[in-house]
This record gives sequence, C-alpha cells and structure tokens, in this order.
Amino acid sequence: MTNDGVPVIEAHALTRRFGSLTAVDAVDLEVRRGEIFGCLGPNGSGKSTLMRMLLGLLRPSAGTARVLGHEIPRDVERLRSDVGYMTQRFSLYEDLTVRENLEFAASIFGLHGRARRDRVAGALADHGLARYEKMRAAALSGGWKQRLGLAAATIHAPPLLVLDEPTAGVDPQSRREFWEELFELAAGGTTIFVSTHYMDEAVRCHRLCMLRDGRRVAVGAPRALTDALASRVVEISGTAADRAIAALRGSELVASTTQLGDTVHVLLREGAPSAAAAGGALEAFLAAAGLPGARAQPSPANLEDVFVALLLGERLVDDGRAGPASAHGVPAVSA
Amino acid sequence: MSVAARLARAFVASLRRTLAVARKELHQLGRDRLSIGLVAGVPALQLILFGFAINMDVRHVPTAVLDRSQSALSRRILGELAATQTFRLVRGVRDEREAIRLLETSEVGAVIVIPADFDRHFYRGRGAQISIMADASDPTVASAVGLAGQGFGRDLAARMQPFVTGASSAARGLVPLDRPAFGPRSELVVPEPIGIEVLPFYNPERRTAVFVVPGLVGVILTMTMMLMTALAIVRERERGTFEFLIATPVRRTEVMIGKILPYLGVGFVQVALVLALGVLLFSVPIRGSLIDLAIGTAPFLAAMLSMGLVVSAVARSQFQAMQLSFFFFLPSMLLSGFMFPFDAMPELAQKIGSVLPLTHYLRIVRGIVLKGAPLSSLGDEIAATSAFFAAALFVAAATFRKRL
Repeated sequence: MTNDGVPVIEAHALTRRFGSLTAVDAVDLEVRRGEIFGCLGPNGSGKSTLMRMLLGLLRPSAGTARVLGHEIPRDVERLRSDVGYMTQRFSLYEDLTVRENLEFAASIFGLHGRARRDRVAGALADHGLARYEKMRAAALSGGWKQRLGLAAATIHAPPLLVLDEPTAGVDPQSRREFWEELFELAAGGTTIFVSTHYMDEAVRCHRLCMLRDGRRVAVGAPRALTDALASRVVEISGTAADRAIAALRGSELVASTTQLGDTVHVLLREGAPSAAAAGGALEAFLAAAGLPGARAQPSPANLEDVFVALLLGERLVDDGRAGPASAHGVPAVSA
Repeated sequence: MSVAARLARAFVASLRRTLAVARKELHQLGRDRLSIGLVAGVPALQLILFGFAINMDVRHVPTAVLDRSQSALSRRILGELAATQTFRLVRGVRDEREAIRLLETSEVGAVIVIPADFDRHFYRGRGAQISIMADASDPTVASAVGLAGQGFGRDLAARMQPFVTGASSAARGLVPLDRPAFGPRSELVVPEPIGIEVLPFYNPERRTAVFVVPGLVGVILTMTMMLMTALAIVRERERGTFEFLIATPVRRTEVMIGKILPYLGVGFVQVALVLALGVLLFSVPIRGSLIDLAIGTAPFLAAMLSMGLVVSAVARSQFQAMQLSFFFFLPSMLLSGFMFPFDAMPELAQKIGSVLPLTHYLRIVRGIVLKGAPLSSLGDEIAATSAFFAAALFVAAATFRKRL
C-alpha cells in the first residue's frame, strides 16, 4: 500500500438538502492516497448522496470538497477521466454484451485503437470475464454483473475508485473474490472509497467512516472503533438463549442482544459498569429470572456492536479532525 | 504543443466519444424489438389506416385570379364566386406560368381563369367558359372547388331560367345579372349558361391516398423520431445507466449528438419505407427529385429529434416521455393541414399550426412528391423547419443536464 498520507478526497461541511430533508449534514471527510476507505451506515444515512456529491453528480447545498486536487463541483469535468465509479444498481447496458460494454466504457474514457483493444482484452482476462464476452449483460448473475461493473469502472486505470455498495445482493464467495481484487488495486496505488452494509467487508477497510441520518458519527480504523467498546460486551452461555434474551430486555444494563448459536452477545448500555463487573450482575439478574445456569463472560466487541451503539445515538470514536463527534468529548483515536 | 494542435486533438477526442455513444445506441436499437416495431410497424399500419381518409367540407380556399377579360361582367362573376365562400380571392396573376407557380408552392389552392373573349361569348349567348385550376393533390380541396364551381354554374342557370324560357317583359325584369349585359340584346335568348370547367392539377383522379401518403411521411416522422430520441435518453435514466454515463468524461453535447445521429439514419429509412409502400400499394406518383426530398427532410428530422431531446430533459420516466410526446404530436397531426385542409381552419388554429414544423414539412414533401416542385420554391418552408430545429436545440442544450 502506498498510503503516504496525501489526501485524495477532502470534504468540509458538505451538505445536501432535498426539500426539508437533509440527506448529508455537514460531513467532513479526508481520504488518503492508496487506502481503502469504507463508508458504513444504514439505508438512507446519506452514503450514496455523499458519493454523488463528490463525483459532481449532485450539487452540494453547502460546504466544499476537493477530489484529486480539483474543486467540486466547479472543476468536476477535469476529474472525470481520473475516477472510476460503480453505482449501487448495475448501471451498464444490459442489452449490450460484456465485450460491447467494456468497449463502450473504454471509448468513452478516451481509449481507442490498439490501446482500447489491449485494455479490453486485459480487463476480460483479469476479471475472468473472457468466457462471457459475447453474453448480454442482462444474462449475467449478480456476482458476474458486479465484476463487469468493476472491470468497466477500472478500464481506464483511474487513481480513484468510488464504489457504492458494490456487493449488495452478491453471494459470499463472489464478495470475497471482489475484495481480493480491491486489495490488488489498492496495492497498485488506487485509492478506493467504498460504501457497504456488510460488517465483514467493513472490517477489511483501512479506515471507516460511519454515517447516521446524514451525519458523520465516527471515523477511524475498524480496530479503533471496536476498541472504543472494549469493555462493553458480554457473552452469555449455559442457558436457553431465547429465554435469556427475553429476560435481559428487563435489565437496565443492556443496550442490545444478539443471539449467536447457543450464546447471547450482549452490548452493555453506555455508562454501565465494565464487562467484568457487569457480568456478575447479569448472572444474578438471570438467576433471579429463573435461569440459574447462565454464565457471563467479557467478549471483544465487533463492528456490529459499534453499528448498534451508533444507532442508539452514541458518539463513539473520531480520529480527530473537526466534526460533530469531537464536540462530545470522546477521546480521539487515530488510524 | 500548439494551440491549434491541442484544439484538433480535443476535437478528435470529442468526435470519438460522440461516435462511441452513437455506435452504442445502434447496438441497442438493433436489439430492441419495440424500437424496431416502432420504426417499421407504425409506418405500415398508419399507411393502411390513412389510405381511407375522410372528405371534409372546405371553405376559403385561397384563390388567385387570372382575369383576361377585365370587364364589369368578369368582376361581377368573381364577386359571386367569392360570395360562395368556397373561394377566398387573394390575388391576381398575369399569366398561366405565375398561376402554376403559385399552385406548386401551395400559396393558392385554385386559380380562376376568365378568358379574354368571355364577354363576347356571353353576349352571344354561347360558349362562355370559365376555368378553375384546382390543386387536386389535396382531393378534398379539389372536390370542394369542383362542387362549388358546378353549383355556381347551376345557380346561374336557374336565375337566368325565366329569361331563357319566356320572352315576356316581366320575365326580363328578373334577370339577375348586369342589366346592361342583357338589356339591349335581351331579344337574343341565352341558350346555355356559363360553362364552368374545373381542371384538376397534380392528381387528376383525385385519389385521397395519393395526397395522404406524402403527408403520412411527415406524421410518422413526427411521431417516431421525437419519441425514440426521448425514450433513448429517458430509458438511460430509468435503468440507471445514465449515472454511469454522466460520471464519465463524455460531454453533454456529445451525448446529445451521439443519441441523435443513429435516428437521423432511421428517419431516412422510414421516409423511404413509407414512400415505397405508397408507390407499391397506392401507386403514388413521385414527381420531384429524391435528392431534393432528402435535403428538404433533413432539417425537419433534426427538428423532431431535438424535440425529443427537449422531452427527455423534462420527462422522468418512459411513460411521461410518451405522454409529453403525444402532447406535441396531437396538435401537429390536427393543425398542420394533415387532417384538415390548412386553409379551412380557423385563424387561431392556423396561427398555432404555422409554428409547428409538420405544417411546413407537409408543404415540402407534398410539393416535391406530388407536384415536382423544385427545392428553390420551398425556401420559406425549409427556413421554417430549420428555425424550429435551432430553437428546439437551444432549449434542449439549455435544459439537458449532466447531473442526476
């Protein structure tokens, strides 16, 4: 990775309103060269709107942004040939074949003649699309469509790749392979700004920002984000998980519960005693509720816990740059 | 690199992107059964449907007068012809050549010719003859002129009847025309009324199909060209491919021109198709030059395609594009002179109609195909369609955004 700290995307107080709805609310952002920067948030949290503003497809209502040194949206046309963009929905031509789609993308990005032939042949080979080249895009499965999307978005070898939930609805095996390709691109120096729903993908990003209701609520390396919930998670075993969950709804210590097989993953409420101390209290609470065998042990937090905590309105981690989160007095964690 | 070289390179790059869009569009067009149906099916269907058109009551046919007699009697006759309301006398002409030129350019629909010896024949009571040259390329106008002419002749005969049959002085008082005309020579009985001869021009058999087919060329182009361009762009929005497209370096003018180019070709194919079917099925004569027709068609096609771009800038879905297109298509069909003779429409309808490019294109295509009119005589109409093209393109460029 060539992460030398050079900012590729810089956004300041970027805001977009649709009527009375504020889809993106004063978001600050810095994405550095060569990193895979994830954008995590529930549906409607403003991920797509943020990306579209950075690509000049939507005008910001307020705030400023620079992408690859170009001021957005003023100089966005100069940015175009240096960015690859993959939309959430498949946005290539379903009635064209795989090859025709790639040829069109190559032509539109200014490749022609031999350069175009070589790039298209290379893309077909690199993404394993060669045997489908004469097939209409409509006939491809979700995983292959998304590969074609990536092949088209990278046909001109752009230094910046913007991917809006590229793996939504794609099977796990295809997702793994897709991420392997992303890491290869990042290793080659491509900066990748990717939004996702999947926690297992978010963990793989170099850094993450989390959005809720259009606001940036956390930024940092995945590890830093989960560390912020270090002593907030307890795992309960030795009892019927469903009954334990029902009982724990009555506990003031518990923020959320998730059943994992026979065990229950418990996120403690903000301000609750640390996991070690709370464990004993929960065991006693469950025993009183008629579940005497329950055992509670501290457990490492995962990104889902972070997500849940954010949904509950907590402000967890921020890596220091100006933003709404730093006002909350939470210690900054740097990536 | 010099400025010129840089400009040339930028231009070539732009041309390449434009052609890439056009090529892509052609690929898609070839695979879209609905579009192919629109290109080929609509013309065939319409041609057969409109082959049987309706005859209309026609009034106020703009009429030129070639009055070689220049007498009180001829003026009287012209006044009575104008009073039938079928004819609207717009101007006099000096000779037949001028008369035919006016017919050719559709400036008039009929020319009334009163021969120099009209008075003499009339007073002799024999062989007085008026000719009406009618533009029969529009059979409704031709038949209306014919009916009006014959009616006028009969009416004249009826009014003269008492004088013709009885020689009493009481009957003499009933003579409706100029007293001096009958006065002194009233003993000379008028044995036959004035002959009214209608000379149908361009379409002597007055077959409706002959008139409808060339007009249909314009109607079909209006319908399909606008809709196809509009759909081609709105479809990209609907399917989400627009978002991919606008995130690339392609310029909006390149998208617009690249989208239009293939349909220019499609338009010419349609013109050829409709005319070929017209010749095969209805024996429509093609009197003018096909090259003239192609040149006269180009600005109209461009105007319709630009309208499609305007529609696409407003419409959010293919359904909306369809509705908006019909919003433009209906007045085009009704007020252009395709359905009803233009001159018979109320003034307001004519004013609206004269803004519509189809009105002018109908005159171009009918002029060239049915009358063999040279392109040079249709300059005004070509200017009108070109002006509409420029205006529509301007609006399209102002409203077409490379943004979501």
